[in-house]
Amino acid sequence: MSATEPARAAMTASVRESLSASVPGTTDTAPGDDAGLLLPVPDEDGAPFWDHAARGELRVQSCSDCDELRFPPRPCCPHCQSFASHWRRMSGRGRIWSYVLPHPPLLPAYAALPGYNAIVVELAEAPRIRLVGNLVAAPDAPLNSVDPARLRIGAPVKVVFTALPGGVTVPRWLLERP
Amino acid sequence: MGATLKDATAIAGIGQTPFAKHLPESEKTLACRAIVAALDDAGIAPSEVDAFASYTMEETDEVEIAKAIGAGDVTHFSKVGYGGGGSCATVAHLAAAVATGQAGVGVAWRSRKRGSGPRPWKNTRVQLPTPGQWTRPFGLLRPADEIGLLARRYMHEYGATRDHLFNVALACRNRANQNPAAIMYERPLTREMYMTARWISEPLCLFDNCLETDGALACVVVSAERARDCRHRPVYVHSAAQGLPAQHHGMVNYWNDDPLTGPAWTAARHLWKGADLGPQDVDVAQIYDAFTPLIPLSLEGYGFCGRGEGAAFTEGGALEIGGRLPLNTGGGGLSEAYVHGFNLITEGVKQLRGTSTAQVPDATTCLVTAGEGVPTSALLLRS
Repeated sequence: MSATEPARAAMTASVRESLSASVPGTTDTAPGDDAGLLLPVPDEDGAPFWDHAARGELRVQSCSDCDELRFPPRPCCPHCQSFASHWRRMSGRGRIWSYVLPHPPLLPAYAALPGYNAIVVELAEAPRIRLVGNLVAAPDAPLNSVDPARLRIGAPVKVVFTALPGGVTVPRWLLERP
Repeated sequence: MGATLKDATAIAGIGQTPFAKHLPESEKTLACRAIVAALDDAGIAPSEVDAFASYTMEETDEVEIAKAIGAGDVTHFSKVGYGGGGSCATVAHLAAAVATGQAGVGVAWRSRKRGSGPRPWKNTRVQLPTPGQWTRPFGLLRPADEIGLLARRYMHEYGATRDHLFNVALACRNRANQNPAAIMYERPLTREMYMTARWISEPLCLFDNCLETDGALACVVVSAERARDCRHRPVYVHSAAQGLPAQHHGMVNYWNDDPLTGPAWTAARHLWKGADLGPQDVDVAQIYDAFTPLIPLSLEGYGFCGRGEGAAFTEGGALEIGGRLPLNTGGGGLSEAYVHGFNLITEGVKQLRGTSTAQVPDATTCLVTAGEGVPTSALLLRS
């Protein structure tokens, strides 16, 4: 998202809102209300993913005993029940497993991006590790910057990182063959 | 050797309020109306009720309901999680309680004001049963978006088309057109309407989505012996199951080995294991249809066809009256009312009583399922 200043303000307001359980966001607010794009609210298990993303690294939790990758992150290895884990760096390459094009009614910030996509990417070196994300034309391009006709299951993609207002960085995806 | 659930209990009464986009009464009032109607249908006094079961998302609680309807001392109460996945489990919990002597008269219910009230996914802070940090920042906001991703992959893998999804929407709409209580009564659906409808989450259009509805329903579960003395023909709970598959991740189940084999497969294995019957013996099915793609996925999960054959199963009028497996004969969540699938249970009872508005001749067995894609549940009912 090439954020303009008003958009940044909206997103910051959204962060405040999302951190306040007593002030829910709503799909029913009119455009112009200060509901922006949603930011991740990491939990204890997920926080390292977002910390690595902020450094431009795509890392997935791995068992330190049996080496199995797991996603989403969790305290215990489902294969060997070890509680020891580390975060293994991925190549950042993958393929589109599926995609949707959401249309209104949506939160205002998303409704303002007609034709935006949400995709699921399976990682090249670990196909069962699949990440929800967005296909974009450039790291800072908006969520609707790729023509929906370009979306195809199986298309190779590579990760990029986009810093959002509020100090959060999210992974996004570019077509390998734009 | 444990006690068996098989035919030990029966649904003896059903009740419902009108269904509408907007009803003036509160969820609590609607719940009480449906429950009192179900007890009256069974011919059982409210003071005999000693068990309650509903969904964790139900916002009327058993303390208030018991007080309002004049229930007696209550010795069993439970709530089942995961939204529409909980519907059949409420009856299963009551059946288990009654079969094991923990209670004598159980009431299950669901009351909702989704037509006029808020949508649960409007609150962006609540994590729901999905790991929101991995989905919501990317604009995967609503259940329709989450199921849309599975649907797109399913279509890609198996050659399923929008015409297959239309077959599902049409079968439900045709049945609703026969049901005066349905929101879509006398409102036919055509292929052109479907193919030109606005998108909700492409590849899902408006008619692939259930209705937002106000309304409440309830049913009464008692022992099989007691049910034989009630006002209507007993509808026996022949088998019941819940299903939470290994490595399942809620409605965004993209992270296990095979996201296209969801909770239906797990529930089905247990359901058939506890039954004298198999899929070939099912006369009519009420399959949870918050979204059309849940039907082909469920047809595969419950064993009506092989893996990847669920879409093709819908061809040739298979889901219509007179077809291979008449589906959602009251109109389902797509066209009768979306009350988290509870109307599928009561419609199953009507079929086995012979009183459905789209009666399958001589129906003696009915499969009822709860939401696929989330931890789910199912009932095999017989007359």
